[in-house]
Amino acid sequence: MNTVIIQYNAGNIQSVLYALERLGVQATVTDQVETIQAADKVIFPGVGEASTAMAYLEERGLDKIIKDLQQPVLGICLGMQLMCTYSEENDTKCLGIFETQVKLFKPTDASIKVPQIGWNTIANLQSNLFKGVSAESYTYFVHGYYAALGEHTIATTNYVQPYSSALHKDNFYGVQFHPEKSAKVGEQIIQNFLNL
Amino acid sequence: MLTKRIIPCLDIKDGRTVKGINFEQIRDAGDPIELGALYAEQGADELVFLDITATIEKRKTLSELVNKIAHRINIPFTVGGGIKTEDDVSVLLQNGADKISVNTAAFLDPTIIKRFAKNFGSQCVVLAIDAKCEQDNKWYVYLNGGRTKTDKLVTDWAMEAVDLGVGEILLTSMNHDGTKQGFALDITAQLGESLPVPIIASGGGGNALHFYDVFTQGKADAALAASIFHYKEVAIPDLKQYLHQKGVSIRL
Repeated sequence: MNTVIIQYNAGNIQSVLYALERLGVQATVTDQVETIQAADKVIFPGVGEASTAMAYLEERGLDKIIKDLQQPVLGICLGMQLMCTYSEENDTKCLGIFETQVKLFKPTDASIKVPQIGWNTIANLQSNLFKGVSAESYTYFVHGYYAALGEHTIATTNYVQPYSSALHKDNFYGVQFHPEKSAKVGEQIIQNFLNL
Repeated sequence: MLTKRIIPCLDIKDGRTVKGINFEQIRDAGDPIELGALYAEQGADELVFLDITATIEKRKTLSELVNKIAHRINIPFTVGGGIKTEDDVSVLLQNGADKISVNTAAFLDPTIIKRFAKNFGSQCVVLAIDAKCEQDNKWYVYLNGGRTKTDKLVTDWAMEAVDLGVGEILLTSMNHDGTKQGFALDITAQLGESLPVPIIASGGGGNALHFYDVFTQGKADAALAASIFHYKEVAIPDLKQYLHQKGVSIRL
């Protein structure tokens, strides 16, 4: 199987690569259009800022390529957010794969910190991506913006309010948490994606 | 619900963990990768690797070590020690570190916080503060591993650093560090209540009750300790079970 990690100006590419290695998968990190299109599985990682990332993708024509991919695609964290229609982070128009918006957490209680950093539970799991993963399992999150609940929601998490911790539409999957840093639960989710 | 985090800290010198550690489960107690992997297996929520290697020549050793750690460990980890430039950060992140921590260098040149946050994101910039409560009952910032006193109050420095873009604060109380008498609850709570970023409490954790106190009274988001884990005085699974039973939100 040919697994590709899309290379762009995002922070956690190495971590995703190493997580795949731990599962015995040697992935290719690339921004080459043909290599991405030819892959069996595509992972779209991301830690960073939305407008800078979108500008980078657009410069290289990757924005159009990603939208048209037919094989299973997994967006992680910022990758997932970029697959939504719009992000409040610097007023950024995104890829528009998931018809939902990305908004800034606005806690009314000052004791709730933004960004959310740490382990939180995922629930209402509704996809093969979560096969063998029990509801209320813990995964690792680092994010200040969230995808609202909607028709593509396949997992929910509570922080400030319930939001989409995973999305799914057709061949596109997105997770807000970092499966590559979420211990055994995360490994199971990555393995499930590879098994799709 | 977001959980409180338990963070073992490993001091690294010349690529080896410093404190005398002897776990039956691992072959080489001085190997930070083995020890880190064991803690991850036991339920640690994150790890901190603090490089106390004195010489710059050994910096390469650190990036190689970080790379090996990143290959092996499936939870987030922070690397600190002697980080001064964007290149230092870039090399560590490219080798798989999730966050970096800065201390003295950031105090001497606060613009590095701003630059690091802009280039790499606030989420990966942790500010470590070594704090000491003086006779005037005020908490002051210390530098150079606690050897150099400054006139800056901890609360002022922390607030400035948050404005510059740090994503988390690792607060070590020098008064409590090594005492095993409990964390510095007052200053930790003061920062936790006044700042919009998570506070990692460090220094003084000696038993499970101390962790309970720092998460409740101390309002800490995370608690860090070293020797009590290294010397098996507190086992991470037991600690987390205890906190869970006491009603603290914790990942089991």
